[in-house]
Amino acid sequence: MSLTYFFFALLSILAIASAIVTISAKHPIRSAMALVFHFFMLAGLYLTLQAQFVAVMQIIVYAGAIMVLVVFVVMLLNLGDEATLANKYQVRQLAGIVLAGVFGLSLVYSMLNLRNMLNEFPTHTVEFTTVQAIGNTLYTNYFVQFEAIGILLTAAIVGAVMLAKRKIM
Amino acid sequence: MNNLIWILIEALIKAVVILNVILLGAATSVYLERKISAVIQDRIGPNRVGPFGVLQPFADVFKLFFKEDIVPKASDKFFHSLAPIISLGVAVAVYAVIPFAHYVEIGGTKYYIGIAPNLNIGLLFILAMTSVGVYGITLAGWSSNNKYSLMGGLRSAAQMISYELSMGLSLIGIILISGSFSLNDIVIGQANWKWNVFLQPLGFLIFLVSAFAETNRAPFDLPEAEPELVGGYNTEYSGMKFGMFFLAEYANMATSSAFITLLYFGGWQLPFSPDLLGLAEGSIGLAVAQFLVFFIKVVFFIMFFIWVRWSIPRFRYDQLMRLGWKVLLPLSLLNVVLTAAAILIFK
Repeated sequence: MSLTYFFFALLSILAIASAIVTISAKHPIRSAMALVFHFFMLAGLYLTLQAQFVAVMQIIVYAGAIMVLVVFVVMLLNLGDEATLANKYQVRQLAGIVLAGVFGLSLVYSMLNLRNMLNEFPTHTVEFTTVQAIGNTLYTNYFVQFEAIGILLTAAIVGAVMLAKRKIM
Repeated sequence: MNNLIWILIEALIKAVVILNVILLGAATSVYLERKISAVIQDRIGPNRVGPFGVLQPFADVFKLFFKEDIVPKASDKFFHSLAPIISLGVAVAVYAVIPFAHYVEIGGTKYYIGIAPNLNIGLLFILAMTSVGVYGITLAGWSSNNKYSLMGGLRSAAQMISYELSMGLSLIGIILISGSFSLNDIVIGQANWKWNVFLQPLGFLIFLVSAFAETNRAPFDLPEAEPELVGGYNTEYSGMKFGMFFLAEYANMATSSAFITLLYFGGWQLPFSPDLLGLAEGSIGLAVAQFLVFFIKVVFFIMFFIWVRWSIPRFRYDQLMRLGWKVLLPLSLLNVVLTAAAILIFK
């Protein structure tokens, strides 16, 4: 058994376990911290695929920025256990169960057909192991898409400032 | 496979040695802090334990080990114990990518001094670790179930998020100049006094101020401002758990000093050509000399941190936020534009 395989198995098991804790924990902070742990395990999985840049970005963006804000808000609101909220959202729960069922079925279907589809995967791959390679690809082949994301982000920032500012001008 | 085991053993030995160096370094910084603050305030400072009181930090740590560990009844026990571990763990993990010297060549194999100094995402790894360090302090504040602790934790989270932005942006200038994320490449690019501090004076100033804010040191030590918050996020901590926060603070200070040295002051580069000493590239003697140069620079910046703490009064919270968002962030953006333009014109 190679070391990569060992780490892949270990990280996958921990990732799935922490994902289960995320959705089953009663307390929002426990849930959020389990999700942070899950992101770390995902970053580890990216490392086994030689995608160092993606791994570090996973930690900086998700674990370091987005989840910090989530934890921040949960602490400020001081949310209690979910038990009191359970009765309020039965319709949503039902919709969630239906959607999860559809997703699960599609997952099972695609896994069953995986053997037939393996040949259809494109042989052309994108080099994304190092920062230089990602930069080259982004600024040549995917330049228009990159700029479109830039416009989207600018719009989001302007929107956030508009919402947060009491007086414009 | 056999080869892999050797790589793992090599990394393990390096990790054990470096861990001990960090803890010893943290103890030394505590002693330095107490002595320098004493000089600044015209006192004598610790002088009872050992010659000139040098064993004082060890006496402090032993005292902390033997103290009763009190956990508040209403606290979240799990996170209360986890928080100091996150703080210290993150502070130590950063050293995985720091190069202490270049390399030693034994029997045709190059042994780099550091656990993984050539990692091609070294710089990003350090940013990732500092951004995760927020959890230690925030969780400590929340799990203690104490309003002072919570305020301290929230302040620290807001402060670290705000200053991380300008810190990351100020580093872009360095990356543009060296063209690499690997700390060893950045140091190699600064040979012969081509220190980044001369090329990036504005970036250096922004980084320095952000580093003070990121390590929660005075004048930005609002998370533990005694007059307002009792002790801030570590109010409800005692015994070695408090000791771990304490060690993490000093380890972070040492990390920031090492980081400033590597990025802006030439890291382990000797101030003159190594030929003057008659030492060949890859010899043990040269590695020792490089390590000494690195060490002296780091100690200089640790002393600078201490000097600032005992000279400058604490900022007010709104002043801190204004400085971060309205001064440092625009300046760091300006620095990125200027550096990029300069590289475009002169290269």
